Amino acid sequence: MTAVEEEIVHFDNVGLRYGTDREVLSDVSFTLFPGSFYFLTGASGAGKTSLLKLLYLAQRPSRGMIRMFGADAITLPRDRLPGMRRRLGVVFQDFRLVPHLSAFDNVALPLRVAGAAERDIERPVADMLEWVGLSDRMHARPASLSGGEQQRVAIARAVIARPDMLVADEPTGNVDPDMAVKLLRLFEALNRLGTTVVVATHDVHLLKKVPDSLIMRLDKGRLSDPTGALRYPPRRPSAGGGAKA
Amino acid sequence: MTVPGRWRERLRAFGGAEQAGLVPQGRLSGPMPWVIAIMVALTVIAAAAGLGLRNVASASAEELEGGVTIQIVEARPEVRDAQARAAMEKLRARPELVAMRLVPQSEVDSLIEPWLGGEIEAGNAAADAIPVPALIDARFARAVTPADVARLQADLRAVAPAARVDAQSSWLRPVFAALASLQWLAIALVALLAMALAAAVLLAARSALGTNRDTIEIVHLLGGTDAQIARVFQRSIAVDAAGGGAVGLALAALVILALGRQFASLGAGMVDQGALGLTDWAVLACIPLLAIGLAVVTARLTVMHTLRKML
Repeated sequence: MTAVEEEIVHFDNVGLRYGTDREVLSDVSFTLFPGSFYFLTGASGAGKTSLLKLLYLAQRPSRGMIRMFGADAITLPRDRLPGMRRRLGVVFQDFRLVPHLSAFDNVALPLRVAGAAERDIERPVADMLEWVGLSDRMHARPASLSGGEQQRVAIARAVIARPDMLVADEPTGNVDPDMAVKLLRLFEALNRLGTTVVVATHDVHLLKKVPDSLIMRLDKGRLSDPTGALRYPPRRPSAGGGAKA
Repeated sequence: MTVPGRWRERLRAFGGAEQAGLVPQGRLSGPMPWVIAIMVALTVIAAAAGLGLRNVASASAEELEGGVTIQIVEARPEVRDAQARAAMEKLRARPELVAMRLVPQSEVDSLIEPWLGGEIEAGNAAADAIPVPALIDARFARAVTPADVARLQADLRAVAPAARVDAQSSWLRPVFAALASLQWLAIALVALLAMALAAAVLLAARSALGTNRDTIEIVHLLGGTDAQIARVFQRSIAVDAAGGGAVGLALAALVILALGRQFASLGAGMVDQGALGLTDWAVLACIPLLAIGLAVVTARLTVMHTLRKML
């Protein structure tokens, strides 16, 4: 197997600017391997959310090269984007739940979009909602859920289809510490099943809770990589892809 | 899964049933069913007018195109009668003749009464002063062309020098031209209404896309395809168009039946010929179906075009 086949994401000198403003990301280069756990950290405004947007294909970069799942994500035809997006699970910072759908239907959305039959949806969604402690709220609409409950629905939606890569933007920002740990355990469990996990957070305590995780630190739109280990990692991330947490 | 079950699932997927809940349906429809109902009602009425005019034109043409009127314009009554009889004899020998009659004097008198009054009676002074021609109404098996008229005129000259031959279709030509213009007007109205319906659907689809932009973005980011999203809008507009189309057709049918009854009470022959037949009603019943098709295609094209601008 070649390195290109092995890697799940590769960024090479990626820059991003919105309109004619200054670049919010500059010369970002890194490689993510399957089954790894990454924390993306940095101060507010460092570009974490922008980097995640590129990762979950909501944005095209202004320059540079991005390869995802072995394909060039920049020149990829539009009609192939849905297939690639179905391999991703995303927890948005603002949850982005569909307001007129119940918690159940929000969690079922990725399965329905992927064309799963209704009989294959009910059980996994109910189980997932039970796991995040929302069994009794499955028919509630987002507006009637608390911030923490909405966040748990968003996380359940992101992981329900067992994605190849999970991208989460401040996923524990609105939950109590116990639930935060529980959710991290869920991410770890998924990670052990082979899902690559990228969690953006500025909670330093969270980093210590996943000992085998790797850290990507953004500073004013630039990825801190003094040793070049993120840009040119060894073939397997266990050998040291970034700074160990 | 059984074969019918599989097809049921495919049909549900094609109709957007699985994704129907993605976008709140109430926000999509709004006044759209009523707009479609009005458009369909107007289209059906315009089409009915066009079909009625076509019926009038074709029935009248059928009746008149083989018809010929021969006037014997002769002041002396005995010569006029003799020439009329001779002309009828000559005509009777023609194999393509279907029917022929000498128009009775009373009928001729009633024809000219609006212009000359009721004092024209055979033998009185007024009748002698204004000689009225004898009229022969002949009908041939095929349409009479100007060349036929010229030939007939030449044939009759020997036996009835005072005969003047006119094809009946020639003096109704302006009426047929007016009917044809009205038919084209009806077709143009139907086309304009179809365009107006497409424009209304386009605006509604764009507005619905704008209102539901966030949801559409989420569905896109979860791997939803443009076709999946378009199916939601197609389904919604198809339901609106079906409801609106049925109401529009019912309204138009009421109007057409009421107008038909009013025209029938006029008792005018030409108007009676414009009555709609079963085929005409079948054509009118197809209009709501065409409206559904037009609305669905317009919605799909609009949505797909707008979505292509999104990543």
